[in-house]
Amino acid sequence: MDLSLSDEQKQLQEGVERFVREKYTFENRKKIAASERGWLPENWAQFAELGWLAIPFSEEDGGIGFGPIGTMIVMEQFGKGLVLEPFLPTVVLGGGMIAAAGTAAQKEALLAPMIEGKKQFALAWLERQSRYNLADVSLKATKEGNGWSLSGQKGVVYNAASADDIIVLARTAGSAREEKGLTLFVVDGKAKGITRRDYPTQDAQRASEITFDKVSVGADAVLGTVDGGFPVVEDAVDRAIVALCAEATGCMDAINAATLDYIKTRKQFGVAIGKFQVLQHRMVDCFTNAQEARSMTLMASLKIEDKDAIVRHKAASGAKVQIGKSGKFCGQSAVQMHGGMGVTDELSVSHYFKRLTMIDLMFGNQQHHLTRYSNLAIAA
Amino acid sequence: MDLALKPEHKAFADEVRAFARENLSPATREKTFSGKHYDKADHVVWQQALGKKGWLTYTWPKKFGGPGWDVTQRFLFENVLAEEGAPRIIPFGVKMVGPVIYTFGTDEQKERFLPGIRSSEVAWCQGYSEPGAGSDLASLRTRAVRDGDHYIVNGQKTWTSFAHWGDWIFCLVRTNPDVKPQEGISFLLIDMKTPGVTVRPIIMLDGAHHVNDVFLDNVKVPVANRIGAENEGWTCAKFLLANERLGIAEVPASKRGVRSLRELNDDPALAEKIADVDLQVQALEMSELRALSAMAMGGQPGPEVSTLKVRGSEIQQRIAELAMEAVGEYAAPYQPGMLFHDTNETPVGPDHAPPAAPRYFNMRKTSIYGGSTEVQKNIVSKAILGL
Repeated sequence: MDLSLSDEQKQLQEGVERFVREKYTFENRKKIAASERGWLPENWAQFAELGWLAIPFSEEDGGIGFGPIGTMIVMEQFGKGLVLEPFLPTVVLGGGMIAAAGTAAQKEALLAPMIEGKKQFALAWLERQSRYNLADVSLKATKEGNGWSLSGQKGVVYNAASADDIIVLARTAGSAREEKGLTLFVVDGKAKGITRRDYPTQDAQRASEITFDKVSVGADAVLGTVDGGFPVVEDAVDRAIVALCAEATGCMDAINAATLDYIKTRKQFGVAIGKFQVLQHRMVDCFTNAQEARSMTLMASLKIEDKDAIVRHKAASGAKVQIGKSGKFCGQSAVQMHGGMGVTDELSVSHYFKRLTMIDLMFGNQQHHLTRYSNLAIAA
Repeated sequence: MDLALKPEHKAFADEVRAFARENLSPATREKTFSGKHYDKADHVVWQQALGKKGWLTYTWPKKFGGPGWDVTQRFLFENVLAEEGAPRIIPFGVKMVGPVIYTFGTDEQKERFLPGIRSSEVAWCQGYSEPGAGSDLASLRTRAVRDGDHYIVNGQKTWTSFAHWGDWIFCLVRTNPDVKPQEGISFLLIDMKTPGVTVRPIIMLDGAHHVNDVFLDNVKVPVANRIGAENEGWTCAKFLLANERLGIAEVPASKRGVRSLRELNDDPALAEKIADVDLQVQALEMSELRALSAMAMGGQPGPEVSTLKVRGSEIQQRIAELAMEAVGEYAAPYQPGMLFHDTNETPVGPDHAPPAAPRYFNMRKTSIYGGSTEVQKNIVSKAILGL
């Protein structure tokens, strides 16, 4: 057993850290959030150039084979700067599913250009009624000649407006919440029949509601097998969860550091407020929470490619529970210890707090994953 | 002891309800239930209607223009109004400076200032906190220097709710810098139109503008606007803070919050969490009633109101958190238009989704304002437990 980073991994970490330090000052991030896309093409080009878009993928898929630990390293640093470039939907979700289930032709047409920074993706899985249930899909794909026709609605699709291709989870057979009968389709973001309603999110990301009205795709748009999309999307979402956990760990480090600095400098009653034991203990709890979050994220990153599906699912859910708990504790504590300043828009603290809150809600909150973990543990 | 209402109290509740239905504009009511922010007119129109009826200053003694209600009537009044979706009464005039003026002010000051508060024609805001004086309020540095019949005031107040709507601000100012902090403070009423008063908005984490910085630059304030003796303002300040902490628990609004959580929720995992907060609200309500009932026997609110403030803020935060949890991923879309403006925009997700996350973010302030949870616990620890 060895839990230390290799020299290559350290280099990667330092590279991303430098990028965040130079390009993601709080003021800069505000500008990026307000820009047309909500992220910067020049940053994306830099990611491609530095090879970051190739990180999780095997060398035979054109990647550099850093695997989930590579993703963890990148996302953790991104979390420190609240980076807005759509690494998660494009690389982790889109790229991840294509690498896992794509044909050689799909990898060439989609994954290779993505790694070069020329294609972005979005995953459309959620529907109004589905809450956190990945299998609760009613968007229908019906046979149409050799290809398929998609009709229905998807919601809160992150990065849909910038995505060249949207990967859509559709029902091809079975009833409303059945895991069988789901199929993944790669759909051109500009295809006829697609209408989007774009909006910013609470934490300055971009997302969309999408209506698919008889959108025609060819047989080659199917990613993986017909009716066999569920395990592919489930694993992709688990990997995304672990990546989000790493991002949250970075957020917690940053928000804890800001809070520690604040309580050391803010004076009331003639002393730095960090001299008060009630704040000291709370700060210690923040530190401990961030440690636990880091540990669970590392555990999940190491297990997320295990051969046993139950091990993978439990690892993702377990880490997500911890991140929900720790993120809330660190976020709320940081705001509280900053006092009034903590609830203003002008300090970074509230922005980390909002991101941590939204991370808990993404792909199932703490409660959802506690239940999932519990069910998996009983089944095993 | 009896929890049951007497027939005359039932009739009273009906009267309050009928009044609310007649005088509360449907648009204002809708904002309450949909979680939209009120604009100034929502508050003013409603408060002036209450004022005309003589109910706005419902906590005041009869001789200063209160209706002379007992504890049960006040309780019913607050609850019925919350159920009907009335905005909470902005406390700065009615619950804060009004009682200070009728308790510590001269007859002239009472005549001059109380009518405008009773009718809600004059809007008040509170100049307490400063950038360097938050939890440690007594360290405030806004300076008032005597110059004949006037004070010349210089300094900065912050977190001033509704300063941008305010006609007058009541301020704690330092009139003697050479004594113990608490002993050199005076309580001044300042007309916001006086030259040298500048208001700058502070935007909160949910994008809302409620609070402000207020800059005081050589502001000339008549000595006649001082309440109480010079350097004895801390007495007024403490009296006011105790009153503030009593109303701040927001029990009726939390009861309304629990009801709407139940209506929205169809998730069994959430149902128990809602039940849990429901019980917390009941405990808080009963504790508040016990405190009010003790006060009805005479006297001012004691240090135990600090516990009500602490629990009240935690409960408000918990309700907001559960509302967001009930919405799930659809809490993510940010639709400021739907929160702050009259608009034809439709919600991206379910109707109740747009305010869910902003409200959760915004409610973090409740354990910070009006004396943070940490400060309240220090008060209880010292004043009740003797630690």
